[in-house]
Amino acid sequence: MSTAGEVPAFFKSIGSDSPARPRQKFCGMFCPVEGSADSKTLDFDALQAGKERSDGRVIDRQTDISQPRKVEIRESTGKEYLQNLDDKKSDRLLIKGGKIVNDDQSFCADIYMEDGVIKQIGENLIVPGGVKTIDAHGRMLMPGGIDVHTRFQMPDRGMVSADDFYQGTKAALAGGTTMIIDHVLPEPGVSLLSAFEQWREWADSKSCCDYSLHVDITEWHKGIQEDMETLVKDHGVNSFLVYLAYKDVFQLSDSQVYEVFSVIRDLGAIAQVHAENGDIVAEEQQKILEQGITGPEGHVLSRPEEVEAEAVNRSVTVANQTNCPLYVTKVMSKSAADVIAQARKKGTVVYGEPITASLGTDGSHYWSKNWAKAAAYVTSPPLSPDPTTPDYLNSLLSCGDLQVTGSAHCPFNTAQRAVGKDDFSLIPEGVNGTEERMSIIWDKCVVTGKMDENQFVSVTSTNAAKIFNMYPRKGRIAVGSDADLVLWDPDVTKIISAKSHNSTVEYNIFEGTEVRGGPLVVISQGKIVLEEGNLHTIEGSGRFVARKPFPDYVYKRIKARSRLAELRGVPRGLYDGPVCEVSVTPKTMTPASSAKNSPAKQPNQPVRNLHQSGFSLSGAQMDDNIPRRNTQRTLAPPGGRANITSLG
Amino acid sequence: MSYQGKKNIPKITSERLLVKGGRIVNDDQSFHADIYMEDGVIKQIGDNLIVPGGVKTVEANGKMVIPGGIDIHTHFQMPYRGTTTVDDFAQGSKAALAGGTTMIVDHVIPDPGCSLMEAYDQWRQWADEKSCCDYSLHVDITHWNDSVKQEVESLIKEKGVNSFQVYMAYKDYYQMSNSELYDIFSFLAERGGIAEVHAENGEIIAEEQARMLQMGITGPEGHVLSRPEELEAEAVFRAITIASQTNCPLYVTRVMSKSAADIISQARKRGNVVFGEPITASLGTDGTHYWSKNWAKAASFVTSPPLSPDPTTPDYLNTMLSSGDLSVTGSAHCTFSVAQKAIGKDDFTQIPEGVNGVEERMSLIWDKAVTTGKMDENMFVAVTSTNAAKILNLYPRKGRIAVGSDADLVIWDTDSIRTITAKTHNSAAEYNIFEGMELRGAPQAVICQGKIVVEDGTLHVVSGVGRFIPCSAFPDFAYKRIKARKQLAVLRAVPRGMYDGPVSEFSMSRGGTPSASARTSPTKQPSRNLHHSGFSLAGPTIPDDIPIRPAGRRIVVPPGGRSNITSLS
Repeated sequence: MSTAGEVPAFFKSIGSDSPARPRQKFCGMFCPVEGSADSKTLDFDALQAGKERSDGRVIDRQTDISQPRKVEIRESTGKEYLQNLDDKKSDRLLIKGGKIVNDDQSFCADIYMEDGVIKQIGENLIVPGGVKTIDAHGRMLMPGGIDVHTRFQMPDRGMVSADDFYQGTKAALAGGTTMIIDHVLPEPGVSLLSAFEQWREWADSKSCCDYSLHVDITEWHKGIQEDMETLVKDHGVNSFLVYLAYKDVFQLSDSQVYEVFSVIRDLGAIAQVHAENGDIVAEEQQKILEQGITGPEGHVLSRPEEVEAEAVNRSVTVANQTNCPLYVTKVMSKSAADVIAQARKKGTVVYGEPITASLGTDGSHYWSKNWAKAAAYVTSPPLSPDPTTPDYLNSLLSCGDLQVTGSAHCPFNTAQRAVGKDDFSLIPEGVNGTEERMSIIWDKCVVTGKMDENQFVSVTSTNAAKIFNMYPRKGRIAVGSDADLVLWDPDVTKIISAKSHNSTVEYNIFEGTEVRGGPLVVISQGKIVLEEGNLHTIEGSGRFVARKPFPDYVYKRIKARSRLAELRGVPRGLYDGPVCEVSVTPKTMTPASSAKNSPAKQPNQPVRNLHQSGFSLSGAQMDDNIPRRNTQRTLAPPGGRANITSLG
Repeated sequence: MSYQGKKNIPKITSERLLVKGGRIVNDDQSFHADIYMEDGVIKQIGDNLIVPGGVKTVEANGKMVIPGGIDIHTHFQMPYRGTTTVDDFAQGSKAALAGGTTMIVDHVIPDPGCSLMEAYDQWRQWADEKSCCDYSLHVDITHWNDSVKQEVESLIKEKGVNSFQVYMAYKDYYQMSNSELYDIFSFLAERGGIAEVHAENGEIIAEEQARMLQMGITGPEGHVLSRPEELEAEAVFRAITIASQTNCPLYVTRVMSKSAADIISQARKRGNVVFGEPITASLGTDGTHYWSKNWAKAASFVTSPPLSPDPTTPDYLNTMLSSGDLSVTGSAHCTFSVAQKAIGKDDFTQIPEGVNGVEERMSLIWDKAVTTGKMDENMFVAVTSTNAAKILNLYPRKGRIAVGSDADLVIWDTDSIRTITAKTHNSAAEYNIFEGMELRGAPQAVICQGKIVVEDGTLHVVSGVGRFIPCSAFPDFAYKRIKARKQLAVLRAVPRGMYDGPVSEFSMSRGGTPSASARTSPTKQPSRNLHHSGFSLAGPTIPDDIPIRPAGRRIVVPPGGRSNITSLS
């Protein structure tokens, strides 16, 4: 290399070493140039490396990809340590030389945090002496991930999903997620409040990271409505999930959904929906069991993606009618995502949540010969057997048609799954994904060039915080925000495996997937919980994050619309023409209310009913079964007649 | 065959008729030829026909001769809460003939709880007595149970009915749940029937109606406000989903809005077997009239799904009809007098629903679609007649001019212009929703059952001559594809070894619900349940409210099972 000496080491390292790097087989033609992110800002690491390897040898460089990148964490020592002895509890932390990545921009600055809150951002910060310091070396520092959908410790027919709040949040933190929102699932018949308290108790005692709770509406009556009001006003819940599936258990009818949505809109909350047509699913399940299909493939066969798309379409319609913001959980198929994208184009306030599983894998595994493996993928709506689905959903996520990502982490171990070994409809549903979420999205979307780092932050964190009204406390790196941060290493590669994951289940649905990008350091509540692959989680340290109603991100539009949506009647003169007689009761013996009467409360009859004085109120007098011949045609009187044909 | 049965025309009047010099227009081609018909059947087509002497001859003078229209959707003489629509079968079929329609297909609406068969007999009786043209019947399924199932079966097998309508609207009255729809569609798919659907989400309508009335909106505008077109589109979407799951051909009656038509067109593009039927009203006018200051006028437009207030809807639907995305046209003719409509003068939900359109249908489509260049004369024949005949399995007896087909013909005058008005129409209603509309194209002569019934504007109809035309099951037009799909749709289970690992304990009943257990389908348990022998069937052994700590309870899979899990595939 004769030119080696002529080019400054810094520039040389930009281009020269990239082709020599081993190309990961998964990143294809969109593989970004190795280290390209580093060279955008000052990367001391790269500079140093360049200096050391002035002869252009790249072998050294290759090895340090596989090794975990070192982070320099400097503890306070000596005198400084003594100085801070008194306030040992207050955690002070300084991150130097990081590239802060928010959803809107990236910039280089230092961050100083204290007591779990970001206190200062900028260069040359004035901080107390002896503060613990992390040197980020120009790596990306982003808001910690928010997993909007988890079901830790979820009871299901006497069993409980394998990961409790401790295991689950530990896995979340290991993956770079610093906040989870779990679903409270009250059994029908149990009050929302007591179920909520129960979940709070579980989570408070075990959660290692901040959490919040969605509450599922599994039945509908007056008491539920009151509970919802209390939850919104006093308990910091602003999202409720309704089920269009699970017939005879959780499923609500369209009218009930309409009423729930109306209540939710009035309370200023978000309506979430599990969208699958439960009636059709029940019929299909029966049909498929009758055909002798009892294995996990029956699960996906009985829940075709059309059924998901139909329910999404229906809930969008109901949400539109009630002017209620809608949030579709677990978008698993192309067609469901398309329905959401179309609805957004028509202006509906609707958000779609693909999950780690639907972004990272497909439903072909339901046909695995290995029952335990096939069963591990069982979740509802099921993963689509169409192998192009993950790529499609990643594209929609990147272009903004889908906005947030969750994991719907609700794994059961194989023995629990085996409850349904002879009947797929009994297999407990749920897959893992809270740990893998951030890395999968980085690998599938950012590495492939579908989205940039800022969009990555929005779909993994910021949008969730905005929709659920936690922004800017969560989902942003800013002064005053919570000190939930992730130091992200875009180059680290990892092979996901049940052997090394933090969940307790024996199976990982992403087994063997090689992902690029992962957290190097995770800071939750201002404390380092992950560094160099070591987790320092504290059971029970997670706080409940209360969420206020009427999130701006969602309700600004809703409010504007409700002002526009006022309807007015047409002022008309009284109709004074002839009125045909009708039988007071509908002609049949049906116990149901009359034909077009709405079942809702009859409006009090207007006083004008005096005009009907010609009616016999004693009931039908002529034989109702004999149809009137048209010779009985009632001619409108001259006055009325003129009225009829003249104006309009 | 029953159509030759009871109302047989006396043989003496055996009509022989020659139509000379016309241009025959079928759905596939147009050509010049003479037509000779005898006894209501076309006997010869061609030039220089050899016909018996003294035959009555109609000179077409180069005008188009098209198959008589088939109005696939009428509600003549429909009982409604003790009153009946003003057009009975005589009046209605007379109006149909006057407009160039030589066959109507009426809907039998049994009251919920009543026998389908009795209702069918009742309608047959009414129609046989009075109808002036051939007719056929759809039967509406307004409730669903095993006896209805049997009746449907015998209607298909013995009574010549192959199309059944279900309602997704009219909550607590006609409305069917999704499960019932699934059942009905699966049943019809097996028996070769066509599932027709009145597509509107009845549950949401009921809620919206209550809301409108609470807000004090009681006039006809409340009707359209409480039934926004989204609800129609939603129900169409749902019906298509269920039909596609059950592999049943679907027919959407009364496509009234752009969004519903779009859903149908998208579904057809995805390959679903679905047909859409716009009606005269949706093709010819829009829903702005609901806001008319004249209550009687506004009320006369009340029908369900309502006319869309979007004034560009008719044009859009005509385009979809021309492009083949919508397949057939009906009129949904169901007229009430103003006095009858006035039942709902203080509450729009009580207004009897239905509009006119049987007489105007052909002219209106000609005017809106053919004169504007959207479709040609052959397509016109397809959407007004041929497609309907194909769907109902009456083709080529109806819907085509061919030797052996019924002698139902229309000599169409493309240049005649007339103005629609209630003063001159043949319906008994005082109001015509197309009032004042000028339409180009009208029948010059109508030949029904080989007899001239309309000639230069004069009607010569005979009440009661109409025959019932039975429709047989499995119409090729719909079922060829369905059958092919059925063969493909066989599902197979994955052959696996028995799972022999540990099985967790669980309680069959979920929490405190009295309902069925969580995800148990209502089927019988498979017999292999012997493997469950380790279970305690006496109910949950663990108190449900105490959470089990999974971390501690984690069941370690034995070595054999373990390797099974992580090793293969």
